[in-house]
Amino acid sequence: MNWNRRHLLDLQSLSAEELTLILDTARHFKSLGERPKKKFPALLGKTVVNLFVEPSTRTRISFELAAVRLSADVINFTAEASSLKKGETLKDTVRNLEALQADFVILRHSASGAPHFLSRFARAHVVNAGDGAHEHPTQGLLDTFTIREKKGRLAGLNVTILGDILYSRVARSNIWALVRLGAKVTLCGPPTLVPRQLESLDPNIRVTWNLEEALRDADVVNLLRIQHERQRVTMFPSIGEYAALFGLNPARMKWVKPDALIMHPGPINRGVEIESDIADGDQSVILEQVTNGLAVRMAVLFLLNGGRSGEVAGT
Amino acid sequence: MSALLLDSTALGRTIARMAHEIAERNPAGTDLVLVGIQTGGVFLARRLAAQLSTIYGHAVPAGFLDVALHRDDLDRRSAPMLRPTELPFDVNGRTVVLVDDVLYSGRTTRAALDALHDFGRPNRVQLAVLVDRGHRELPVRADFVGKNVPTSRSQRVEVSLTEDGGNDTVTLQELKS
Repeated sequence: MNWNRRHLLDLQSLSAEELTLILDTARHFKSLGERPKKKFPALLGKTVVNLFVEPSTRTRISFELAAVRLSADVINFTAEASSLKKGETLKDTVRNLEALQADFVILRHSASGAPHFLSRFARAHVVNAGDGAHEHPTQGLLDTFTIREKKGRLAGLNVTILGDILYSRVARSNIWALVRLGAKVTLCGPPTLVPRQLESLDPNIRVTWNLEEALRDADVVNLLRIQHERQRVTMFPSIGEYAALFGLNPARMKWVKPDALIMHPGPINRGVEIESDIADGDQSVILEQVTNGLAVRMAVLFLLNGGRSGEVAGT
Repeated sequence: MSALLLDSTALGRTIARMAHEIAERNPAGTDLVLVGIQTGGVFLARRLAAQLSTIYGHAVPAGFLDVALHRDDLDRRSAPMLRPTELPFDVNGRTVVLVDDVLYSGRTTRAALDALHDFGRPNRVQLAVLVDRGHRELPVRADFVGKNVPTSRSQRVEVSLTEDGGNDTVTLQELKS
């Protein structure tokens, strides 16, 4: 199939074929990353702007390296040191960047829907690098890529996502990609952060507050960071209590299948979501997720570069 | 509507003749490697390498090369599928014969030269194509040509090989406008 989108705004609106095309393209970019010469001229002459209104280091570095490996010029624009602090609107900021011939805008923003808003007027390709509690498409893609690579498939797998689901854009992007590609998703965590209504998103989603039940049949356990910054009120008594009730420790690892993957989008809080020995253990693929993130982001930039205006726009 | 340019007998003879021409141009053949351009050149390079191995009496290695990331039209079309590259030899100091099925604008050959140089500096590069259909847009010329075919831009040259599930024929087809 051909890729026809100009923007990557979310995974919810992507078809199984589109998701698979990104994952297959990423597989090639991963193998290209193993060559002695890792740089390719596919985006030579293009300008990529990392517009990070909400701070993030690892995602920005990953996008920056992806763009550089494809020979694009990269500008990093962070909210702390920008005109946004002086009261300029997001729209004006982007129009100014476009006046400098920006071809891609990678947007990280605390407001859900900010990339969709940009895509309505931007001439540049817009890539959502995380918008509020809505979606983080490239994280969902790299997690899905890692699972498919390690397990050889996605259809029929049981994937447990554990932690703060309510405020997690990572969870939401994972959920959409996984169910579209045929996996079954179990969501687990404190009831305040994992409402039963999440089951209404898709028939292949199950909510449980029983950790043992969530871990027993899992082929993949994806642990999420507690998003303190997005909680307006305290949703559980304390970090200590969260760790005591839902942290992955050696005793609970006994419930987990010996060939299950342990994943975490980072940054990990050792001793909270996961104990150190498990994060560094044989079942952990946390660092491979980082490597795969680079390949996925190269694939996204490469595909969007060919996306035509006037065809399928954004959502 | 389509016209048969080569049937399977003629195709076999053509590939054999190309192999002999390559051997004649490269008498020792000890530094020779064949590189098929994805996707149309992959199986042709293998066939030529097999015949050359017989002619020389020593193995001539073949690999394949994806040129998608080096194309010059990536922002003008839907992104091309990426395909694997496998060069099971060092290209430095070798004589590389690039192999493709059809030579048309010359843009794929240009991309292939760039893609190849990511792997090193060959001593020389030669180009072998099964069909040269004209309409060059770049100063590219093949060293070994199976068949020269005058075409119009509204036609398409279809190379069908058994390795790809085809029937070893080359046909000229009219594209519907």
